[in-house]
Amino acid sequence: MNYPIIKIQDLKREFRMGNETVRALKGISFEVQQGEFVTIMGTSGSGKSTLLNVLGCLDQPTDGTFEIDQVSVKERSKNDLAAIRNQKIGFIFQSYNLLPRTTALENVELPLMYNGEVSQKERRARAVKALEMVGLSDRLHHTPSQLSGGQQQRVAIARALVNEPVVILADEATGNLDTRTSYEVMSLFQDLNDQGKTIIFVTHEPDIAAFSKRTITLKDGHIVGDNPVPKIANARKMLAMLPVEAD
Amino acid sequence: MKAINLIKIAWKALLRNKTRAFLTMLGIIIGVASVIAMLAIGEGSKSSIKTQISSMGSNMIFVQPGSDNRGGVRQDRSSSQTLTLEDLDILREKSTLLSDISPQVNGNGQAIYAANNWPTSIYGVSPEYLVIRKLEIADGVMFTEKDVQRAAKVAVIGQTIVENVFPDTDPIGKTIRLDKMPLRVVGVLEEKGENSFGQDQDDLILSPYTTVQKRILAITHLQSITASALSEEVSEDAVEEMTQILRDSHELSANEEDDFNVRSQQELLSTMSSTSDMLTVLLVAIASISLLVGGIGIMNIMYVSVTERTREIGLRMAVGGRGLDILVQFLIESILISFTGGVIGVALGLGSTFFVSDYMKWPTLVTPESIILSFAVCVVTGVFFGWYPARKAAKLDPIVALRFE
Repeated sequence: MNYPIIKIQDLKREFRMGNETVRALKGISFEVQQGEFVTIMGTSGSGKSTLLNVLGCLDQPTDGTFEIDQVSVKERSKNDLAAIRNQKIGFIFQSYNLLPRTTALENVELPLMYNGEVSQKERRARAVKALEMVGLSDRLHHTPSQLSGGQQQRVAIARALVNEPVVILADEATGNLDTRTSYEVMSLFQDLNDQGKTIIFVTHEPDIAAFSKRTITLKDGHIVGDNPVPKIANARKMLAMLPVEAD
Repeated sequence: MKAINLIKIAWKALLRNKTRAFLTMLGIIIGVASVIAMLAIGEGSKSSIKTQISSMGSNMIFVQPGSDNRGGVRQDRSSSQTLTLEDLDILREKSTLLSDISPQVNGNGQAIYAANNWPTSIYGVSPEYLVIRKLEIADGVMFTEKDVQRAAKVAVIGQTIVENVFPDTDPIGKTIRLDKMPLRVVGVLEEKGENSFGQDQDDLILSPYTTVQKRILAITHLQSITASALSEEVSEDAVEEMTQILRDSHELSANEEDDFNVRSQQELLSTMSSTSDMLTVLLVAIASISLLVGGIGIMNIMYVSVTERTREIGLRMAVGGRGLDILVQFLIESILISFTGGVIGVALGLGSTFFVSDYMKWPTLVTPESIILSFAVCVVTGVFFGWYPARKAAKLDPIVALRFE
C-alpha cells in the first residue's frame, strides 16, 4: 500500500539573528508519495536550502509537522536525528563530499559504518552492489582523485543508496558537472526512480527539473507552484542527441 | 556504533595522512624514548654505584675515633687515641651481629726494592681484613694470626706495587723496604681496580697491625676498626650494638657524646644513591617535558585536522554519525598517534639504551616500571590533548560543516 514518504504540514522555520527574526519558511505543506521524483526549485533566498536541511533531518522545524516514513521529526534529540538520517535518508551533494585518499568502496561503506547492525561482510557486499547499480563495478578500488567528476558523483549516489533509504535527497547534484555528465547522472536518477526509488532533487536549473515528474517551486518561504511536469524529458535520449565531442 | 568500527574509521583517517601522522608521532616517540633511556641511565648508574660500593667489602662497618674532648677542648680526629686494642677485644667478645672484625692502623712510605721505588700506604690489619674487604690472594699466602702475635716483618702487596716495584721479578719471598723497614713479601693480592671515588684499590701493602703499630708508627692505639655485619639486614642493628658496646667500654655517661664514629657501608650506599636518585629525577623531568611538548604537538595537529576536515565531519554526521561517534573517532585518532608513538618510542628507547651501554660503556638498567610508566603517560597524553579538538569536532553543526569552505 502507498503512504506518503514525506508529509509536511504548515511547516515554519525561523532563525534568530540578533534582535531580528528571519522567517525562512513561512508555512508550507506538501506530501511526497513513494516512487515520486520531485524537483524543488527556487532562487537563492527562496528557502529551498532551509527546506532541504529540514527534509534531511539536519535541522528541525520551528512550527508545523514533518513526518518521514511515518516517523514524526519534531523535538527529537540530535542522536535520534542522526539515526533517522542513517537509516531513512540518502544524501547527494553538489561537491560530492567523498573522503579523499579513500577508495570508492570504502566511501560507499561509510553510512553502514555508523549502523552497528550491519556486519562487515554484509557492509562490503552492499557497497559492491550499490556501486554496481551506478555502473562503477570496475572502479571499486579507485580513490576520488582517480575518478572523473561524473564518476565521483556516481560514487556519491552509490553511497546514498547503500543504506536503502526511503528517500534520496540531492542538493544541486549536477551543479558541478558539464552538460553531458549531468545528463548521464540524470539518466541514472531516472533509472533509479524507475526501480521505485523516491527522489527529491533541489536545483535552480529548469532544464534539470524537466527530467523529474513533479516540480515544487519556492519563493520567499512560500510554495508558489506544485505541478506535475507536463512533458518529462528522457535523459538517455537527450544524451544521444548531444553532438559527439571530439576529444 | 561498534567500537571496532570506530577504531577502523580512525585508523583509516590516520593512514590518509601518513606523513603528518608520523611527524606528530615523532614528538611522542622522542619523548617516550628519552624517558626510557634517561631512566635506564639513571637506574644504571645507581645500580653500578651499588655494585661498586658493595664490592668494597661485605656489609662493612667502620669505627673511627671521634671527637676527643680534653678538658672542654675538642681535639683533631687524627690525633685522637680513643680507639684501643681493648675496644677491639671487647667488640670481638660481646658483639653478636658481626662475622669478622679487624683493627686498622695506616702509614705511608716509599716502597723500595732493588732500583725501584713507589710511594704507597701500609695498612696494619688482622688476617680477617681480607674477608671484610673482599680481597683475594692471587699468589702466595696471607699472613697469619701468629705473624700478628709476633709482629712479624711480613707483607702482602697489591698489584700496583707489583707493577711498579717488581716489574720483572716474582715478589714472593723477596724483601721489600718501606722506608727503612724491611718486610718479607708473603703474598700478592688479586687486582681490584678503582673504587667509585677513583681511588686505586691496588696501591697498598698489608701487614700485621702489630708490626705497623710497633715498628713503623710507634703507637699503641688504633686508627680505626673495620668489621663485617652478619648480613645486610642486620647491619644497622650491628651499628647500634657496636655503639653501645663502645660507649660502655669507654664508660661514657648518658649525656656525654660518643668519642668515636660508627658508620656502615649501607649509609654510604644510601648517600650515594640519593645523589644519583636526584640525577634520575632531573633527567626524567627533562625527558617528560619533551613528552609534554609532544602532547601539545598532537593537540595542535588534531586541531588543524578538525578544521581541515570540517566537511568530512559534516558528511559523517549527515550519513548518521552522532556527536559521540565523531568525538570518539578523533579521540581514538589521537590515542592511536600517541599509542603507536609510544610503541615506537619504547623500541627506540631500548635501542638507544643498548647503544649507550654497548658503545659508550655507560652502565644502564631498564626497569619494566619505566616502560609501563612512559607508556601510560603517553596514552593519557593522547586522551588529554585529543579531548579538546575532538569535542570541537563533535559540537559542529552538520549544516554549517557541510557548507564549510
